[in-house]
Amino acid sequence: MTRWVMIADLRRCVGCQTCTAACKHTNATPPEVQWRRVLDMEVGEYPQVKRVFVPVGCMHCADPPCMHVCPSTATRQRADGIVTIDYDLCIGCAYCAVACPYQARYKTDRPTFAYGEPMPSEAQRFDARRFGVATKCTFCSDRVDAGLAQGLTPGIDPEATPACVNSCIAKALHFGDVEDPDSNVSELLAENQFFRMHEELGTEPGFYYLWDRAP
Amino acid sequence: MTYGPKPWLQRHWDIRAATNFILGGTGAGLLVAIALAPQAAPGWRPMLALGLALIAVGLGAVWLEIGRKLRALHVFFNPWTSWMTRESFTALLVFALGATVLALDRPWTAQATGLAALGFVFCQGRILHASKGIPAWRAAGITPLIMATGLAEGSGLYLVITAGGGAVRALFALFALALVARALAWQRYRAKLGRGAPLNALEASAKWLLNVGTFAPLALLLAGLVAPQIAPAASMLAGAAALATGWHFKLALVTRAAHNQGFSLPRLPVRGSR
Repeated sequence: MTRWVMIADLRRCVGCQTCTAACKHTNATPPEVQWRRVLDMEVGEYPQVKRVFVPVGCMHCADPPCMHVCPSTATRQRADGIVTIDYDLCIGCAYCAVACPYQARYKTDRPTFAYGEPMPSEAQRFDARRFGVATKCTFCSDRVDAGLAQGLTPGIDPEATPACVNSCIAKALHFGDVEDPDSNVSELLAENQFFRMHEELGTEPGFYYLWDRAP
Repeated sequence: MTYGPKPWLQRHWDIRAATNFILGGTGAGLLVAIALAPQAAPGWRPMLALGLALIAVGLGAVWLEIGRKLRALHVFFNPWTSWMTRESFTALLVFALGATVLALDRPWTAQATGLAALGFVFCQGRILHASKGIPAWRAAGITPLIMATGLAEGSGLYLVITAGGGAVRALFALFALALVARALAWQRYRAKLGRGAPLNALEASAKWLLNVGTFAPLALLLAGLVAPQIAPAASMLAGAAALATGWHFKLALVTRAAHNQGFSLPRLPVRGSR
């Protein structure tokens, strides 16, 4: 079996938001919709203050609450763990959005463009199916699938890897199959200490955060 | 120790979603109250129709909120895991049974409608409980609280409409029990919720719920027992107080206490280690 996961190395992330820009470019999301976000957290009190940059988005949970609550079966989970939304089934009730503990889902009720009127690029990539329904990160499943069809390895070959991972200037983001013990992500998880967000909720996120080397 | 941006209020579900919980709960509670003593009150048929109408208006309010209104029937696609689908199916059952009551005039059908209405309000509680992104909704104890307040509101509305005139002893008992159950359910829920922004948003409504919506109605019921000449007015006032405070509380629960939990880091990165 395969389970695609993402890893964010918090020691390396510099908060440049290139992944956010790459995601928006690749997926043509409208303004204020960021399937890949980077939180800029300030921790502590002056003078002991730290900044931490935390990439977030859909965690592609193994036990996704968004899928369980979805009344229309628009939200599903593929055999490889990627959580998908069928825009033609979704009714836009936003139940998934309130069920997601990671604020990863967006619902845009009307078309919006960066400068009011659509630019040629926005007009060309306009997708009416995405309005009034829930949207979120897809782990660039179309890139993953196309790459696999060509015999490429997601997470290793850029053509088969999510855009945010490809764009990361600090090599903080990684993508791969966590079920394969020899994969890039399995090695990273074996060599480093990590956590997952809100693990106490039992959603088993497919997004890991590295924070320190193994003891 | 956790670190992260503070929780913020969700904006996906607004007063339209709250209306479903408010009117749906009251309508279901009213149907349960009617089921206790069908045909006891002279105007029980219009009351039953009112209960059905309240549920319908609540569901209509949700329909106004969904992004793809013409696909509303897709809501029935996932009875396996979605409490929203189950709520919709239960609503259909309530409407079908309610129509049968009005058409056939058989007491058992009223009781079956009440039972289905109880199922409807149970689904509403579970809808909130399954919302893992909102601590105030997913908290243990939300379902009994939603059910108890629906029963208190519905039986309260029954007393308001009949001014206690058509109410039998069982109805007064249901009302009193629902009030006590609601207060107890709130205390249990409050303990599970813990401190934070959601509780702060609920405290004011909860004070009304306890003082005006529980103690005052119970006192009014007692006063009506002691002095029968004021019983009709006391029943009406007690019902109205239970109804209004329940609505106020649920509005706060859905629109003002619905903070997410933000983001938290159980560990901070150790820079320079890699």
